[in-house]
Amino acid sequence: MSAAPYLIVGNSAAAVGCIEGIRSVDRERPVILLSREPYRVYSRPLVSYLLAGKITDERMFYRPPDFYERNGVEAILGVTAVSIVPSRKVVETADGRAFGFEKLLIATGGRPVIPGDVPGIDAPGVFTLTSWDDARAIKAHIAGNGAREALVVGGGLIGLKAVEALVAVGMKVTMVELSDRILSATFDRAASDLARETLERAGVAVRCGTTVARMEKRGGMLAGAELRDGSSVPCSLAIIAIGVLPDLSLVEGSGIRTDRGILVDDTLRTSAPDIYAAGDVAQAPAAEAIGGGRKCIPILPNAYRQGFVAGQNMAGRKRTYRGAMPMNAVDVLGLPTISVGLTDPPEGSEYEILSALDREAPWYKKLVLKGGRIVGAVFAGRIDRAGIITGLIRDRADISGFRDLLLSGDFGLISLPAEYRKHIVSGAGIEV
Amino acid sequence: MKSVKRIIVREEYCIGCRLCEIHCIVRHSKSGKIIKAFRSEKDAIVPAVTVEQKGYTSFALQCRHCDEAPCIEACMTGAMRRDGKTGAVLCDRDRCVGCWMCIMVCPAGAVRQGKCREAASKCDLCLDRDVPACVANCPNEALTLGGDA
Repeated sequence: MSAAPYLIVGNSAAAVGCIEGIRSVDRERPVILLSREPYRVYSRPLVSYLLAGKITDERMFYRPPDFYERNGVEAILGVTAVSIVPSRKVVETADGRAFGFEKLLIATGGRPVIPGDVPGIDAPGVFTLTSWDDARAIKAHIAGNGAREALVVGGGLIGLKAVEALVAVGMKVTMVELSDRILSATFDRAASDLARETLERAGVAVRCGTTVARMEKRGGMLAGAELRDGSSVPCSLAIIAIGVLPDLSLVEGSGIRTDRGILVDDTLRTSAPDIYAAGDVAQAPAAEAIGGGRKCIPILPNAYRQGFVAGQNMAGRKRTYRGAMPMNAVDVLGLPTISVGLTDPPEGSEYEILSALDREAPWYKKLVLKGGRIVGAVFAGRIDRAGIITGLIRDRADISGFRDLLLSGDFGLISLPAEYRKHIVSGAGIEV
Repeated sequence: MKSVKRIIVREEYCIGCRLCEIHCIVRHSKSGKIIKAFRSEKDAIVPAVTVEQKGYTSFALQCRHCDEAPCIEACMTGAMRRDGKTGAVLCDRDRCVGCWMCIMVCPAGAVRQGKCREAASKCDLCLDRDVPACVANCPNEALTLGGDA
């Protein structure tokens, strides 16, 4: 068996980042890519847009049709990698093949969490929404059963996008969230309230502080859900969106070190030589602004960047990763929102909050400061130029000279010290 | 990756006249005519160059077409891409769904929501012309064209 110079397991943003990272250093040596799903690389965040009918199947692809060919990648699609033997540098697949490698990237992503303690959760009509196949199955279910009422379990970003899609196809939607507000992982309370009000104006029933206790079946099909508070919600479709966890099945028993995710250093290397991990499966160094350490932050920009840095290191260019930062840009039924870094800091004098809110407009802007630096921000309604703030967070910039301008409506690069402005304006390239 | 064109911003020469913004709008209008563009198309076009002004300081800024562009890395659809021939960072509006990841990560604040609020609006370097409209119409060489970066 000959060893592939580069082997990638996975076929999403981190894998594409890795391919593009390798090719920025090494134009020649072949790449083999193994993917469980049978599709050429598509955009995972677009599955809710597909469900909503906002885009067609043809628009799902993340890269042009000739992407693999142009980059010298042999993509083997529809094959599941099942184990890694680091000492022999081999990946084994479910169909009994073995792929040797010189350098390996594990980019197997995450898998949706399904609560184990909910009777009836296996009923036909209960879905998750993280893959193209999920969106197709839900569409087929709606078409086949004429489902009109839906339940979305989980008030995070995937739940939100699921709600938005179901509203777009004309369903009556109830969202349940166990914590006391939706989007609690990404937003502070004020932004969560704006998002909730926006959903409610669109006719969505938002129920916080409870979740599903039992799924009810009628004639073998989902017919409703009983909630923990004793109430019931009629529904013939349910989407479970309570989170994703790193998919560690490939590395089990391999000796590669894991915690929540696969532990990697600042070159994206795992505990095994020549084996790297990136994206939702990795627990990578986190940005200083959010306290450092190693964290799983499953968002696309981090996945791409980690893949890219891993790829360059695999190809022999020493490159260090600047650290993952939570950040999300999400449109909530027409309300654009952006959240970056630490948005809801713990109580205490360490942090200072600058904020402005107009409930009617509505718009909201909040900055979290610590020790003369910005460590987090939330924007809703008005998001233009939010990236300038993201840059200041990233660069750990001292904001003491222009602190009072941060909330002003015409805040821009002109508000910044000339030196920093020049760095942005003339910079040849800026890392996310 | 090399850019064929790079617009150089020279803050000390900018007089804040905003002709760059006007000519950017005209250049990206359907009619290409200043009067028509301003009478009937202006509301549909966001200029891709922005003049910022405070006191005596002003400058015009458009997309920097970064070498490792954060907007391309953060784009979830692949709409934001690097043009193979020129190295320019371009947004394919047919593939953009308006998630605004690009706005979130652009440290120059150079990507805007389009007026239809559905596709990101940014500088395309007027690739079908030798000289971008903002540069060609700057009366004081506050925007100039650099060669290969």
